[in-house]
Amino acid sequence: MIRFENVSVTYEGAAAPTLENIDLTVPEGELVLLVGPSGVGKSTLLGAVSGLVPHFTGGTLRGRVTVDGRDTRTHKPRELADVVGTVGQDPLAHFVTDTVEDELAYGMESLGLAPGVMRRRVEETLDLLGLVELRDRPIATLSGGQRQRVAIGSVLTTHPKVLVLDEPTSALDPAAAEEVLAVLQRLVHDLGTTVLMAEHRLERVVQYADRVVLLPAPGAGPVVGDPATVMADSPVRPPVVTLARLAGWSPVPLSVRDARRRAGALRDRLAGVVALPPGAGASSSPYGLAAVGDAPGEGAVAQRDSARPAIEDTARSAVPGPGGARFGKGRGGEQAPPSGPADRGPTHHRPTQRLLARLLRTTPAPAASTPEATHLVATTTALAVRRARVEALRRVDLAVAPGETVALMGRNGAGKSTLLNALVGMVEPTAGTVTVGGRTPHRTDPRELIRQVGLVPQEPRDLLYADTVAAECAAADSDAGAAPGTCRALVTELLPGVADATHPRDLSEGQRLALALAIVLTGRPPLLLLDEPTRGLDYAAKSRLVAVLKGLAEDGHAIVLATHDVELAAELAHRVVILAGGEVVADGPTAEVVVSSPAFAPQVAKILAPQPWLTVSQVEAALEAAP
Amino acid sequence: METRSPGQRPGVPHGAVGHRAHRQAARPVPHGAAAPYRPGHGTHPLLDALRATRAPVASRSNALHAGAWWLWALGLAVAASRTTNPLLLGLLVGVAGYVVAARRTDAPWARSYGAFVRLGLLVIGVRVVFSVALGSPIAGRHVLFTLPEVPMPGWADGVRIGGRVFAEQIVFALYDGAKLAALLICVGAANALANPARLLKSLPGALYEAGVAVVVAMTFAPNMVADVLRLRTARRLRGRPTGGVRAVAQIGLPVLEGALERSVAVAASMDARGYGRTAQVPPAVRHTTTALTLGGLLGVCAGSYGLLAAEGARYGVPLLVAGLVAAAGGLWLGSRRSVRSRYRPDRWGVRSWLVAGSGAAVAALMIRAATVPGSEALHPGVVPLTAPELPLWPALSVLIGLLPAFVAPVPAGAVPAGAKESTR
Repeated sequence: MIRFENVSVTYEGAAAPTLENIDLTVPEGELVLLVGPSGVGKSTLLGAVSGLVPHFTGGTLRGRVTVDGRDTRTHKPRELADVVGTVGQDPLAHFVTDTVEDELAYGMESLGLAPGVMRRRVEETLDLLGLVELRDRPIATLSGGQRQRVAIGSVLTTHPKVLVLDEPTSALDPAAAEEVLAVLQRLVHDLGTTVLMAEHRLERVVQYADRVVLLPAPGAGPVVGDPATVMADSPVRPPVVTLARLAGWSPVPLSVRDARRRAGALRDRLAGVVALPPGAGASSSPYGLAAVGDAPGEGAVAQRDSARPAIEDTARSAVPGPGGARFGKGRGGEQAPPSGPADRGPTHHRPTQRLLARLLRTTPAPAASTPEATHLVATTTALAVRRARVEALRRVDLAVAPGETVALMGRNGAGKSTLLNALVGMVEPTAGTVTVGGRTPHRTDPRELIRQVGLVPQEPRDLLYADTVAAECAAADSDAGAAPGTCRALVTELLPGVADATHPRDLSEGQRLALALAIVLTGRPPLLLLDEPTRGLDYAAKSRLVAVLKGLAEDGHAIVLATHDVELAAELAHRVVILAGGEVVADGPTAEVVVSSPAFAPQVAKILAPQPWLTVSQVEAALEAAP
Repeated sequence: METRSPGQRPGVPHGAVGHRAHRQAARPVPHGAAAPYRPGHGTHPLLDALRATRAPVASRSNALHAGAWWLWALGLAVAASRTTNPLLLGLLVGVAGYVVAARRTDAPWARSYGAFVRLGLLVIGVRVVFSVALGSPIAGRHVLFTLPEVPMPGWADGVRIGGRVFAEQIVFALYDGAKLAALLICVGAANALANPARLLKSLPGALYEAGVAVVVAMTFAPNMVADVLRLRTARRLRGRPTGGVRAVAQIGLPVLEGALERSVAVAASMDARGYGRTAQVPPAVRHTTTALTLGGLLGVCAGSYGLLAAEGARYGVPLLVAGLVAAAGGLWLGSRRSVRSRYRPDRWGVRSWLVAGSGAAVAALMIRAATVPGSEALHPGVVPLTAPELPLWPALSVLIGLLPAFVAPVPAGAVPAGAKESTR
């Protein structure tokens, strides 16, 4: 169906070709997954199928690409529109009309199909994708998952033989992602559509693929094959494969179901070992152990007890040294948590302390007058936010202690971003209070606030204005009133090997995130907020991010991240807060909240349930410790 | 239409399901009938017959033609332009507002009505302020207050800044401003009630592609506003003030970059979805199309010049007609090159006729009222100051404009605007 014959693509002004000598054949009716690290040319390869590369993007394409026998050299994208349907990374950029039904019809109108045919196909597609309820809705009012389904539907109505998708599930919550994948499955099985898709979140998609095309490195030839075979040696792989490698299973299982069947022996070996808190191995959490077993809501009390040592760390690290910041040092490596389990026996359940906690939560903390008051980096009490008639948040109580990492999870539109925005003072609470570092964020001068709290937004590019990394750093230093060079030192630490003169636009997604993170950290805020940080990151970039964030948490930074990425939450978070419809529906230690949830459980937890293991690194550490 | 029996609830189709009826009850429906409605329990054949003619719940199939809404609104606007009587103008605005309240949807374009109302108030305010500051030719007798007058040099004779302010001149400015505001609000009503993209579907095929480009370009503005808001937020995150000239300058470039990137992405998507596919037509047809269109436009230009100029009026009309015919022929031939078909275009049905007709009737009756004797009530005098009266017949004719609130399909259940729902 799709044939690449010795294809190379070179963009104008690029030193080396983005794709080199690609030979590839995709047979009809297969679901082919394109994987590889960022920057190996996955999007370029997808664009070459629809003819947008090179007709639209410019550049030179050598070799031959044929789709259903049509050569993209002689056929423009619009002449391939009846054969290839393309959905890009951002569905919003895909829409031409303003209501769902018109959008579904647009492609067919362009092809000039008869009105009767159009009507029938629109109805069929509405049913196929479960969009009937939405048919008259303006597209602007749809949620992320709904938009993605409409985008897929809008290219399906022309009955293309090939569907090309670029990261269809990256922006979606786990449930919405499964919805989209179920649709793709159905297309492949029932209609015989050929699907070619690129995706970073392999744990979501790899088990559905008939075949995997791996682009291992820029300029390297593609490795094509059966998913299990390719995954066994792939540099990018989902946790289930990593676990399989660790356990020595062969062939590699790709789905949780297959892995569970094999996991009996592993479960037995792990049965005697005590589960460590998330992020253990680096012993980054002073609270994890205490929190396990606490009822949700009382976690905050426990953290209050144990937070004192971390405060001192914050104080120490708040003074920028001559050498700038040093992440990942401080308390590190094998050192035990400063307050052992003995410190916090059953005492933290005493009613007096609970009362104290309640008092502290309801009165705004006077700045640093009592040590108790400064324990928590941020609190919200009965926080409510309304926008027009929509209640984005309702009665949200949240307390974040220094050194603690909290993951906010929930569907698209559950109020995660609103909560983060309330914490940085972008959103004024309708009711209730928000206190960050003893201040009310929305009434605090921004220049003052960036020393208390920093937010890395969903699109890190929004934070970057200047045209070189050096200028960006200088601006960040003067914004935060930090010593010149502070930000640059952070950049060097987080992002080694980036030249001063690089334009932020030329950085990769992961590098841009690191730069934005460095800028935010220049003010050394005790509270760091991240909104959907792993969107568009490959596994390597993600593990670097995890390392950086773990180091920051060890230095006493409190971190709150809103994410759909269950693997990231399992890796990092001490505590998970699940929001639904603007309300907190679960708040507790990661292991407890996540293991019991079908949607938010990471793969390792699903495989090894009922044992509370969350990540491969935990299992690895446990196996090393065990005989 | 005005006669409704008790127990009959407007807007609910015959046999509507119970929960739908409940939802409808919460909407601002005209005459909220209090008696419970039991579907299928009509007691009188006349009642059943009436029920059958009631406005159905709006769906794609019975949607009013967007052009009908525009004609209705333009009719009201023409009527507003014929009077300065504040009572009549208020009645017109009330009629437009009532129809909008009863029949607008929750779509983003429907929210523009409020903006137009605010714009209208602003126009009145500006008109009054100018009248106060610059004076007015109205020679009044009731001095309200006196502003310090700026002495003007001799060459600026006739220009006055400050000075005495008369009650008459302010009232005159108010009337005048109210007329403009009413015009604006009528246009706003059309904007809120008709989907601009649907109007496009009625364009001839040869113009459709250009129309799509215009609509996509129009989505630019809201997107850029969203970008500006996002970047202002980001500035705050970096601890910089969000106001001031420097902030605007620093945000400006990224906003433009973002807009450019998005338009390139939309263009790529449109291309990949077959935008601009053309059918093969013989070169002869292509050349004829070009010749007809260009010749027609030239004819139209020359013809209009002939009509307006003092001499040559004889050739004006025939030239204009010939030009129009040629241009229409060019467009028709040009449509053959476009392969595109139309998905469910709006049909011009009875309800569309009624809506458009009610607007036209209001305009026609008001124009007639302005010409017959007794039309001075449409322009209440300001010297001497008199309280405006409500002339009976013009007022009744304005009320015809309420017809769409009863015949146009009722928008279906409200979806909270901007609500982000769960994906389930």
